[in-house]
Formats: sequence, structure tokens, C-alpha cells
Amino acid sequence: MAIEVRIPTILRNYTGGEKSVEGNGETLGDLFTDLDSRHSGLRGRLVNDDGGLNRFVNVYLNDEDVRFLGGIETPVADGNVVTILPAVAGG
Amino acid sequence: MLRIGQDVYDAIVAHARRDHPDEACGVVTGPAGSDRPVTFRPMLNAARSPTFFEFESGELLQLYRDVDDRDEDIVVIYHSHTATEAYPSRTDITFGSNSPESHWVLVSTRDPETVEFRSFRIVDGEVTEEPVEVANGKM
Repeated sequence: MAIEVRIPTILRNYTGGEKSVEGNGETLGDLFTDLDSRHSGLRGRLVNDDGGLNRFVNVYLNDEDVRFLGGIETPVADGNVVTILPAVAGG
Repeated sequence: MLRIGQDVYDAIVAHARRDHPDEACGVVTGPAGSDRPVTFRPMLNAARSPTFFEFESGELLQLYRDVDDRDEDIVVIYHSHTATEAYPSRTDITFGSNSPESHWVLVSTRDPETVEFRSFRIVDGEVTEEPVEVANGKM
């Protein structure tokens, strides 16, 4: 078992075009570090310089926006599905 | 170039007018690969602000699910500016670079008598305006 991570079109250049990849970790932050070991550069698009979630993506754990859970510290477990989407916003 | 039906064009402008003085936002979806904006889908502006918009996160997830299920693209992403011209702001350009495959439509509601409706591509921080052709009837 692992955690399934769904990748948006804009980030599939980091996953060789794959729509979905798998990873492991205790928290979302761990998971992103694990993914980055095989998909170099991906973490940098998800996490900002302060170690928090990048403002330009929405991340969901089993359909729940992780901003309303624990952000980058949100615990994750085998069988979970993490969905990443580009935030649509502007001024 | 953006080709858009009169009905969808009118629906976007009406949404922008209705939400004024807050910014309105939404999408128009269409068959994958067609570049045809067919289905108008207004979205909630989670920011409820005259100077900022953000798709509400639950609606955003549902939107992407639906588009995938129906084999569609998000052909148009639209929002309004309520006090300034219909041209991408710096924030629009930063976020817009994440959705380079969509036409970015801006509507200004600063003048109640005049419709400002313009379309752009935003790729890697570069803004390119494109002509808008309004077609009669449905696309």
C-alpha cells in the first residue's frame, strides 16, 4: 500500500507525464519529500521557502482541503488519496 | 483568437454586473481539444472582494472532477475587474501562468454603460491579448 497522489497537467513534466504517482510518509510534508526523491523539482512547486504550502496550489486529502486540516503537517496514511490542483485566483 | 457564443458572452457579462462591486469569476468548459467554450459555469469567489478572486476550494475540486468525467477542457477562465480596465493584474499573471491552456477572459464593470470584454493567454508570465469573435447562437 502507498498514498496515491494525483498530479495536475501543469506539474506532469515532473512525473514523466503521469497523472498519478505513489509515495509514502507520515505527513504531507514527508510525502512531498519522498515524491521529490523520484520526481526531482516537484516539491519546490508545492512548498514555499518558509516550508509551508505554496499559495498557487490547492491540496486535498481525500477531498478535504488540507488548509482546513493541518496544512503541510497533515498526517497521511496508506490508502489515502492526495489531489493537487492549480489554484485559480487573481486580482 | 477566442470564438464564443453570444449566449455565453452575455452570461459572463451578466454575472460580472450582478456581483459588482465584488469580483465575479467562473469558467466555460467544452469538449477536450475543441477550444470551444460551450458550458457556462459561474464559480463562487471565496474572497468576496472588489480586488481579489479565488475559486472556492470545494467547487474547484468538483469542477476538475466533472471536467475529467466528461472529457472536457476548461476552455475559458473569466473574472471581473470592478474599478480598473479589463487587463490582467500582476496577481492574475502569477496565478494565470498555472493555467496556460485556458483563455483568460477579463470583464470590467467600472462603467455600467460600457462592456469591456477582453481575452488573453498567460504563459510563463507573458500576457498576450487575442481577438474575441462573438458568434450568434450556440457554439
